[in-house]
Amino acid sequence: MQHARTAKTGNGAAALDVAGVSHSYGPKRALNDVSFSIAPATFTALLGLNGAGKTTLFSLISHLYDTRQGSIRIFGHDVSRASGEALRRVGIVFQARTLDLDLSVYQNLSYHASLHGIGRHEARQRIAALIETVDMQGRQHDKARSLSGGQMRRIEIVRALLHRPSLLLLDEATVGLDIQSRAGILAAIRKLVETEGIGVLWATHLIDEVEDGDQVVVLRQGDLVAKGKVADVVKASGAASIRDAFSKLSRGEAAAQAEISP
Amino acid sequence: MSTPAMPEKVAAVTPVKSGAFGFRHYLICLKGVVVREGLRFLHQRERFISSLVRPLVWLFIFAAGFRQVLGVSIIPPYKTYVLYEVYITPGLCGMILLFSGMQSSLSMVYDREMGNMRILLVSPFPRWYLLVSKMLAGVSVSIAQVYAFLIVAWFWGVKAPPLGYLCVLPALFLSGMMLCALGMLLSSMIKQLENFAGIMNFVIFPGYFASPALYPLWRIQEASPLLYKLCLANPFTYAVELIRFAFYGQIDWVSLGVVAGCTLLFLGGAIIAYDPSRGLITRKQGTGGNG
Repeated sequence: MQHARTAKTGNGAAALDVAGVSHSYGPKRALNDVSFSIAPATFTALLGLNGAGKTTLFSLISHLYDTRQGSIRIFGHDVSRASGEALRRVGIVFQARTLDLDLSVYQNLSYHASLHGIGRHEARQRIAALIETVDMQGRQHDKARSLSGGQMRRIEIVRALLHRPSLLLLDEATVGLDIQSRAGILAAIRKLVETEGIGVLWATHLIDEVEDGDQVVVLRQGDLVAKGKVADVVKASGAASIRDAFSKLSRGEAAAQAEISP
Repeated sequence: MSTPAMPEKVAAVTPVKSGAFGFRHYLICLKGVVVREGLRFLHQRERFISSLVRPLVWLFIFAAGFRQVLGVSIIPPYKTYVLYEVYITPGLCGMILLFSGMQSSLSMVYDREMGNMRILLVSPFPRWYLLVSKMLAGVSVSIAQVYAFLIVAWFWGVKAPPLGYLCVLPALFLSGMMLCALGMLLSSMIKQLENFAGIMNFVIFPGYFASPALYPLWRIQEASPLLYKLCLANPFTYAVELIRFAFYGQIDWVSLGVVAGCTLLFLGGAIIAYDPSRGLITRKQGTGGNG
């Protein structure tokens, strides 16, 4: 998967800075004083079991909900105060399928391009280039309904990259996919980090998607219980591996903190 | 675990601004939303057919049956006696706009449940602009349906003055905006698609029947003073009258004022409801995520 150009990283700002963020649904606390940053061109895995607060955090970062406590900045732009500037730099793949099943692949992508102010001619070129990188050239005019789960995900990733974001958010992007599709999508995203300098926040509860060189942020019932490099989190939590560390952290048996660094 | 990793560094950084969106970009966005709405409408053939069949059933069957029962006296804007079919045509245009406006809000609830709505809401364009674009898209589709109905009605012998077909366009547009804005406001209050049936029963049917769409207000006043007052409080009443007068190249200023005012009110409410910092949406837990 090749990006159209190397991502802009701003003026040395963090790709994403989450500072003291809390969020509640009525009396139910979904996030509690969560803080972490991710640097440009890094892959950060956001780990947590179901109900940990990952999707809520994504909704706040993407400004579906307003951040009432704390602040979220994307390349220095406050999501609440300058949401337009912030959202222009973000590509998002939501956990739920968000393709319009009645429209073709091209129509879905073209719609997204227009929502980012990209004209028809430019959109057509970008769609053709990106769709080739996911080996789906012949499917542009097929209805989204006719695609498999893995193909839909690939199209959603293409869509998230159409406006050349510098930060990519993926919420449980491999859920429901077979092993081969999962590996393919994960590899493609990791390649984007290396070749295009895109920062990635990859939310998952599947620990085998995390590699040794990754940064991790672990949520448990809305609390941030660990952050840092994999090796540091494993060490700080007194576990033998990241799988054990995640297991302990998810049960509330440990907490680990290490500075996140590129 | 509350110490942010890089807050000092971030605070010291001046964010780099992208070039601001210009008028052209706003137009591209609007066009994209309108095209998508149009494509969705065309792809859902049953929606297209039912939108046309519904008013035609009223025109061909109901109006023919009630022609002799419900006499219409000479009331403005009519200068002579008119057939009942002619009388109810503006009301049927209003009905198309009403159903279409509600259908468009239904699609917003569906989009929200299915997740498609998020794609619209995470666009970098201002939220109010996205909602107005969505409304304009819905109104465009509604107006196309009205004209399709008017063409069939014309062949059925129900004809307005030729210039009336042009004069009615702004009235259809404004009335469509009001009803789409109402639908949008309602959609923000509905969490699940299943709850929409209640809104249909509480909004569409009372709205349609408690109006001069099917019978003149003076007849309603004679039959039930209470119902007459309800009709006067119903914004749809004014939409129907605005359309009726526009067909004859006239402006009913009271109707125009009420419809314009209600459009602003409903639209303002919808924009607030969909605003992440103030709206109803933010108080509900979204669907589609486990985390």
